[in-house]
Amino acid sequence: MFEIIASIIDGILVGSVYGMAAMGLTLIWGVMNVINLTHGALIVAGMFAVFLLVQAFGVSAYVVAPATLAIGFFAGVAIYWIAVQRMIGRPPLMSLLSTFSVNMILIGLGTSLWGTVLFNVEVSLPGLTLGNYTFPGTHLMAAALTLLIAVLLYFFLQFTRQGKAIRAVSGNREAAELVGIPTRRVLAMAFGLGAALACGAGALIATMFPFTVLAGGAYQLKSFVVTVLGGLGNPAGALLGGVALGLVEGLTTPFIPVSWTSVIEFVIFIFVLIAYPRGLFNFTFRRS
Amino acid sequence: MKRAFLAAFAALLLTVPTFAVTARADEITIGFTSSQTGALNVDSLAQLRGFEMWRDDVNAAGGIKAGGKSYTVKFVTYDDQSQGARVQQLYTQLIVQDKAQFLFSPYSSGLVATAAVISEQYGALMMSIGGAEAKTYQLGNKYLFQTYTPADNYLTGALEVVKSKKPNGTVALVYSDDPFSKAVAGAVRTQAPAMGLKLVLDESYPPDQTDFSAVINKIVAAKPDALLGGGHYPDGATLARQIYDKKAGIKWVTLLVAPDSAQFATLGPAATGISVPSQWAPEVTYKPDFGPTPADFAKRFQAKFNTPSDYHSAGGYAGGLIFQHAIEQAGSIDPAKVAAALDKMDITTMFGRFKISTDPKSHGLQLTHQMVLTQWQMKDGKLVKPVIWPRAAATAPILYPIK
Repeated sequence: MFEIIASIIDGILVGSVYGMAAMGLTLIWGVMNVINLTHGALIVAGMFAVFLLVQAFGVSAYVVAPATLAIGFFAGVAIYWIAVQRMIGRPPLMSLLSTFSVNMILIGLGTSLWGTVLFNVEVSLPGLTLGNYTFPGTHLMAAALTLLIAVLLYFFLQFTRQGKAIRAVSGNREAAELVGIPTRRVLAMAFGLGAALACGAGALIATMFPFTVLAGGAYQLKSFVVTVLGGLGNPAGALLGGVALGLVEGLTTPFIPVSWTSVIEFVIFIFVLIAYPRGLFNFTFRRS
Repeated sequence: MKRAFLAAFAALLLTVPTFAVTARADEITIGFTSSQTGALNVDSLAQLRGFEMWRDDVNAAGGIKAGGKSYTVKFVTYDDQSQGARVQQLYTQLIVQDKAQFLFSPYSSGLVATAAVISEQYGALMMSIGGAEAKTYQLGNKYLFQTYTPADNYLTGALEVVKSKKPNGTVALVYSDDPFSKAVAGAVRTQAPAMGLKLVLDESYPPDQTDFSAVINKIVAAKPDALLGGGHYPDGATLARQIYDKKAGIKWVTLLVAPDSAQFATLGPAATGISVPSQWAPEVTYKPDFGPTPADFAKRFQAKFNTPSDYHSAGGYAGGLIFQHAIEQAGSIDPAKVAAALDKMDITTMFGRFKISTDPKSHGLQLTHQMVLTQWQMKDGKLVKPVIWPRAAATAPILYPIK
C-alpha cells in the first residue's frame, strides 16, 4: 500500500518539473502560435549550463540555477530574431521547420563539443525518508523551485506591464499595436521567457538525473503531452498538467511493467486531444 | 635523344605497376565500425583502443608473418553512432567499396547481429568481439568467430554467489530492453529456479531510461535478497546512482557492463559493493600460449592510453591476436584458409581460452572462454575492483551484504 503512495509522491515531484519544462513550450505556442522545436535543445542547454557553471565556480547547482534562466532568456531572444521573427503569421509549418533546423544545429554543435557521453551534476541534499522509501532531496528541491517559479511567472503575467503586454499581444496582435505596444519586442521577450523556462527546467532536471546531449528529445516529447493536457497557452495549466502526468505515472507503474508507461501516456495524449482539445486545466489564461 | 628518353620512360612505366602491386600485397585491410557517438560509446571506445594497441604492436614487430611474407595491418573504420542502420550501411561499404579483406565486429550484441547479416551475405570473415548474444551464431553462419563468453553465462557466477550467501534467497531481475540484456535475463530465468532462488521481480526498461524511481520503488516493495540486471553503461550507472540516492538498501547488486568501466568509480559511494560479470580482469592468471601476459597487457595499455584496461579493451586486443595467430597457422591470408585455422584453434591468450563450435547449427559460438565476477570495494579510502568469483581466481573476499 505504501508503495503506491510513495510512487504517487515520486510521480508528482518529477511531474512538476515536466510541468515547468512544458510551461515554456505552452507560453510560446499560446502567445505566437509557434511550436518551438528548439525546446529540447534549450532544456539540454540548461543542463550543460548548470554543469559547466558548477565545474567553473565550484558552487552548489542551486546557486547557479538563476543564471541558467538568464542564459535561456538571451538564447531565446537570439533564436527568435534569427529563426522565428519572420515566420510569425506565416503557415505553422514554416516556424516548425525553422525551429527544427535550429534544433539540429544546436544538437550537432553539442555533440561535436561534448560527444554523447553521460554527464552528471553532483548535488548532495539529504532526502526525506518515510519507512522504506526515500524521496531524494534533489526531487523535493526541484519541485519546490518549480512552484516558486510558477508563482513568479503568474505574478509577472498578471501584474507587471511587460506581462500584460505579452497577454495583450497573444490576445490580439493588431489591437496591441494600435495601443502602442511594440509587438515585435514583446514577442521576442515572450520567446525569451519560454526559452528561459525550458533552460531552467533543464537545470533542475540536471540536478535530478544524468543527461547526455541527446537527452532533450525525451523531455520535449513529455512537454508536448503536458502542453496538450494543460491547454495551449496556459502556463498554470501546464504545471497542473505536469503534475497530473506525474500522478498517472506514479499510479500505473506499481501495477504494470515500467516499459508500458510511455504507452499509457500517449494514449492519454490522444484521448485528451480528441475529447478535450482545449486541455483539461484551461481556466484562466486564454479567453476566446 | 628523344627516342631514348621515350624508351626509358616506357621502361619506367612498366615497372610502376609492379611497385604498386607489391606495396598493396604487403598490407592486410581490416574493416570495422566503432560507436564513437551514441549510448555505446564508452564501452566501444575501450574495444577500439584494444584493436589499435594490437595493430601498433603487430606493425612494430614487422607485421603478420605468413607464407614467407610480412603483412602490415591497416584499419578502415567508421563511426556507427551506436545504430544498427548505420552498421548495415557501413559494413556494406567496407566490403564493397573499401574492399576490406577481413572484418572485426562492432561492439554490442545488437550491432554484431546486424553486421553478421551483412558479412555472411558477402561471405566475408568477421571476428566477433564484444557480442555475447548466442542467437547470432545459431542462424547458420560460415565465417563468424566469437571471442566473448556467450550471454547465457553472464550472471551464472552472480547467482552462485547469492546461493552461497543465502540459499533459497529471492532475486529481482531488472534489465534493459536490448538484445544482449534480454539474452542474459532469459538465462537467469531458467538458471535461478534451478539453483533454488526465487524470482520476485522480472521487468525490463527502455534502454534510454533516466528516471528509475518507479522501478526502484517496485524493487524495494518486492524485498529481494539480490538485484541482478542492468544493460550498458548509461542506464547501469544511473540505476546504481539512484539505488544509492533512494537508500534502497539491497544486500547484493550485480549489474551488467557498466560497473566494469573505470568511469563507474566516479559514482563514489554509490559504486561500493556493486559487482559486475566480467569477460576479463587485469588480475586473471591465464598463462598465454602466445602474446603478452594479462599483467603485461594491462601495464602497457595503461601506459599507452593513460587509462586502466578493462574487458572491452582486453577483448579487442585478444581478437586481433587470435586473428593474427590464425593467419600464421594457415600460412596464408586466404580467408577460407584463415577460417579453417580458426575452426581448429584451441588456444589460450591473455584474455582466456578460445575454442569455437564447428557444429553448423552454432558455428562460431565460443565454447571455452569463462567469466569472472569483480566487485567495487573500498580499500584505504580508494575504490578498487578485485575479482571475487570464482573463488579459485579471486583476489579479495566477497563483500556481502553490500549495504
